[in-house]
Amino acid sequence: MKNSSTKEKVTWAVISVLVLLYALFPVASILATSFKQPSDLTTGKFLPTEWSTVNYEQILVGDAQGLFLSSLRNSIGIALIATFIAVVLATLCAYAIARLDFPGKKMILTTALAVSIFPVISIVTPLFNLWRTIGLYDTWPGLIIPYLSLTLPISIWTLAAFFRQIPWELEQAAQVDGATTWQAFRKAIVPLAAPGVFTTAIIAFFIAWNDFVYGISLTSTEAARPVPAALAFFTGASQFEEPTGAISAAAIIVTIPIVLLVLLFQRQIVSGLTQGAVKG
Amino acid sequence: MSTTVKPSSTGTKAGKRAAQPYSERAKGERRLGWLLAGPAFVVMLAVTAYPIVQAGYDSLFNYRLTAPSEREFIGLGNYGVILTDFVWWRDLGVTLLITVITVIVELILGFALALVMHKALKSVRGLLRTAILVPYGIITVVSAFAWFYAFDINSGYVNNWFDWVPGIDPDLNWFAGTWTSLFVIMASEIWKTTPFISLLLLAGLAQVPDELTEAAEVDGATWWERMSRVILPNMKAAIMVAVLFRALDAFRIFDNVFIMTNGAFGTEVLSLLAYRTSISRLEIGMGSAVSVLLFICVLLICFIAIKLFKVDLAGARGSK
Repeated sequence: MKNSSTKEKVTWAVISVLVLLYALFPVASILATSFKQPSDLTTGKFLPTEWSTVNYEQILVGDAQGLFLSSLRNSIGIALIATFIAVVLATLCAYAIARLDFPGKKMILTTALAVSIFPVISIVTPLFNLWRTIGLYDTWPGLIIPYLSLTLPISIWTLAAFFRQIPWELEQAAQVDGATTWQAFRKAIVPLAAPGVFTTAIIAFFIAWNDFVYGISLTSTEAARPVPAALAFFTGASQFEEPTGAISAAAIIVTIPIVLLVLLFQRQIVSGLTQGAVKG
Repeated sequence: MSTTVKPSSTGTKAGKRAAQPYSERAKGERRLGWLLAGPAFVVMLAVTAYPIVQAGYDSLFNYRLTAPSEREFIGLGNYGVILTDFVWWRDLGVTLLITVITVIVELILGFALALVMHKALKSVRGLLRTAILVPYGIITVVSAFAWFYAFDINSGYVNNWFDWVPGIDPDLNWFAGTWTSLFVIMASEIWKTTPFISLLLLAGLAQVPDELTEAAEVDGATWWERMSRVILPNMKAAIMVAVLFRALDAFRIFDNVFIMTNGAFGTEVLSLLAYRTSISRLEIGMGSAVSVLLFICVLLICFIAIKLFKVDLAGARGSK
């Protein structure tokens, strides 16, 4: 490799700035809007004339508090539980696929693929009807169950890809030492597999956190409505006031966990996404 | 370690000691395999196969939740109504238009981003990847609001910033026209999903052997020749998979349209039509028929991609 010249450095600085602008500008845009006072919204300017936290006060301690905080609680709870269940099921499944020889392996992977391209809206109508009949409409389990259709397939693919790279000789060594298949799995493999499982959990969480279709279709009140759906139903302080500021502030708050996860685990997320998707 | 016998290697002369437990273990392995994989498999079927079968059944009835007692079997009547309705075809057209345009733009933009990440100096690589993951991770609804407020005639600044562009002036209401609305909807969709496609392409790019491009460079090939004759042909599989996945995803577009126009001014997409029919108007029979038709469209796209373009999904997604 040549030493990077000054010209090369400048080129990369320019490119980096362009990529950063592309990736972060819309976020900056809604961040700026979230600090605008109602009177400041129609100036046609990017930045607020006077930075104000009135929108954050409204959703965290003010009128919109009940609506936002309950949806935040729902989103966190439902997404975490759906992620947890998916990752547990997928870990067992992907271990079997990567490691064991049994008929139907290929069928399971194909099913996961088919489920991941399934149009979500096609499942919503029958679920809506069924949930109303059996009492799951507008409850946490009523969202957690369909969320598995989003989180489970990608978890299986990503984990199967991770598990194929684990040095399985360790497991055999454990078995030679007298451990059963299950013990070998738990003692020798789980510690090695943990990073892959963790990465998969982050990706699955992103997907569950992002859901909108199930959220607006299968809930009707604050009992289970997640944040994306709640944002769509936000109303202004009075009926003549647009809820722009409040929505922007709420949008920023729910983006913070995403940004934190991305900052902390950039490398893992990239490898998880690319491995599960393209490499064998 | 030297005596370890791999179960997969059909050990020709593994010796008596290994041969006997092997077949027993194969049986145990088979049982354990289904024991471990079974629950995930059953859950996947339960949350998708069952509802779509139910939708297929419901679609044969004239069934509204507002008048449940009037439910009656009408065979394929709902499908007849939908397929002869202008709305279905208009929504299909809008959905296909969004799919085609966003996938093309994302492929070009995503490839450029992948090249940047691939060639980036070590010092900025992490930064670029982190930045690019922000749109990937952000909630689609949040992205939709960000773009909506930027363009909105009341709260936006775009009209103000770009008033030098012909056709843009302070009175332009982006969300009161089909094409202007679709433009913002697609921009938001492209922004949010290009990182995913670029990561897929990055993985494909990493698999092109460096020796090939270096050899071509030594032979005096220009940048364009290296790209079109060496790099692109070698990552055809990755490109095909990325395109198919994004196309299927774009075809299901819902969130952006719901937030920005809710289907007004001829921007309605098929998912929104299904939602309006069953959830808003509570016409379960008709809504189920739309859902089933949408499902068939997705199957058709898959079928075309796999048969005509020979996209090897399973192979490319790692089941080799």
